[in-house]
Amino acid sequence: MGTIISMRGVDKYFGRFQALNGIDLDIAEGEVVCVIGPSGSGKSTLIRCITLLENFTAGEILVDTVPVREGRELELVRREVGMVFQSFNLFPHMTVLRNVMLAPIRVRRLSPAKAEERARDLLIRVGIDEQAQKYPSQLSGGQQQRVAIARALAMEPKVLLFDEPTSALDPEMVGEVLDVMRALARTGVTMVVVTHEMGFARQVADRVLFMDGGAIVETGTPQQIFDSPREERTRAFLKAVLHH
Amino acid sequence: MGLIETFFNAKVFVETLPLLWTGLVVTIELGLLSIGLGLLLGLAVALMRLFGIAALRIVARIYIDLFRSIPLLVLLIVIYYALPFIGIRLSSFASATLALTLVSGAYTAEIFRAGIEAIPKGQFEAAKVLGLSWPQMMVDVILPQAVKIVIPPLTNNCINVMKDTALASVVAMPDLLKQATQAQALAANPTPLIGAAAIYILILWPLVLLVSRFERTLKVDTR
Ligand SMILES: Nc1ncnc2c1ncn2[C@@H]1O[C@H](COP(=O)(O)OP(=O)(O)OP(=O)(O)O)[C@@H](O)[C@H]1O
Ligand SMILES: [Mg+2]
Repeated sequence: MGTIISMRGVDKYFGRFQALNGIDLDIAEGEVVCVIGPSGSGKSTLIRCITLLENFTAGEILVDTVPVREGRELELVRREVGMVFQSFNLFPHMTVLRNVMLAPIRVRRLSPAKAEERARDLLIRVGIDEQAQKYPSQLSGGQQQRVAIARALAMEPKVLLFDEPTSALDPEMVGEVLDVMRALARTGVTMVVVTHEMGFARQVADRVLFMDGGAIVETGTPQQIFDSPREERTRAFLKAVLHH
Repeated sequence: MGLIETFFNAKVFVETLPLLWTGLVVTIELGLLSIGLGLLLGLAVALMRLFGIAALRIVARIYIDLFRSIPLLVLLIVIYYALPFIGIRLSSFASATLALTLVSGAYTAEIFRAGIEAIPKGQFEAAKVLGLSWPQMMVDVILPQAVKIVIPPLTNNCINVMKDTALASVVAMPDLLKQATQAQALAANPTPLIGAAAIYILILWPLVLLVSRFERTLKVDTR
């Protein structure tokens, strides 16, 4: 399987503060990568750089061999990379169905009929088909996040980025969203998931990255990272979070 | 002559009604045209101010601050009486439209800017990562949400523009106020002026009520 995301020497500065420090990372097609690490370690910044929501300061990122930078290439990259946010970011003035149909119609030039068919299929897949005509504010957080996942999937992206998709949810709704993501991981889409759900990472990830201070400190299979971490910082972090 | 006959003289009112009517038509034309052009100008300037390259942002800023500083009456008189000295001769209607549009555009730009800035950053980001182009993002996602926010202040601005049309009478525009003063002189009776005042109120009162209603519903929403 080929490499779908390749990062070489990526630095990101916010003013004089360095949020990413020489990131080198290759992600294979179909791989599920979970990113863990303490608050402020640069996890969000890392995945936001992949789709250029943050301009990185130095280095190179390729998505499916296309360089991530302003201009014509960015259109190609954004077609192939979907993102799910902590705060859902559904469009509040559109029905759930419209939310899912919009980008395929506008960006992929699908006919409205075809887009609706695809949207309804996806809403069934995430278990929201009953609510297609409702507005986002009429749904629970867990339902909204599942719609957001359907909306991202409607563009048929090769890569899906998740930035703490369950952190804003009430505890009883975390499971339903993780279930959808678990099913998704089996479909062969490449996933990069920033998460505090260690159980999910252990169960679903092909590879876990531990970040600290803007760098990837340690990477390995879930067994390696969770059962026998090599780095002291990884051990300390896991000890702190698993104690909860 | 009694008070009623002086201020509410039915005969004078009926006689001068056609004149008031032609004035009212001019006032409404001037008001609607200036409001419409001001909206387009204001939206364009707001987008320049928020998303333009550095030079455009500065131009937009200067425009907004300049035309919010200059008194409308002064601007109108400059356009009508001073511009001819450099060869620009505008009719009184064109002068009034230009002055009202420039000033309304500046206020409208600030209203649109505030409306767009009130949209959460996540909405822009969600639209971008879905691959929407900038115009698609604005038309499908941002502006429909911003419009809801800006309708109450825009309605307020419409009221102000409609009121300010009356200033055009100083550059000999045959608007409602001008026709009323003319009619008053002809009839040697102030009834037409009272009639004109009543017409302004009749037109604008509903808009004022609408703004109050917006304010009430907004309060309920945020509670
Ligand atoms: N727009 C910004 N301007 C300035 N500093 C920023 C900005 N965004 C992030 N930072 C800083 O960069 C660092 C990394 O932020 P980032 O959001 O990537 O961390 P994170 O690992 O996702 O943390 P969390 O778990 O809290 O979400 C933090 O110290 C943060 O304060
Ligand atoms: Mg984060």
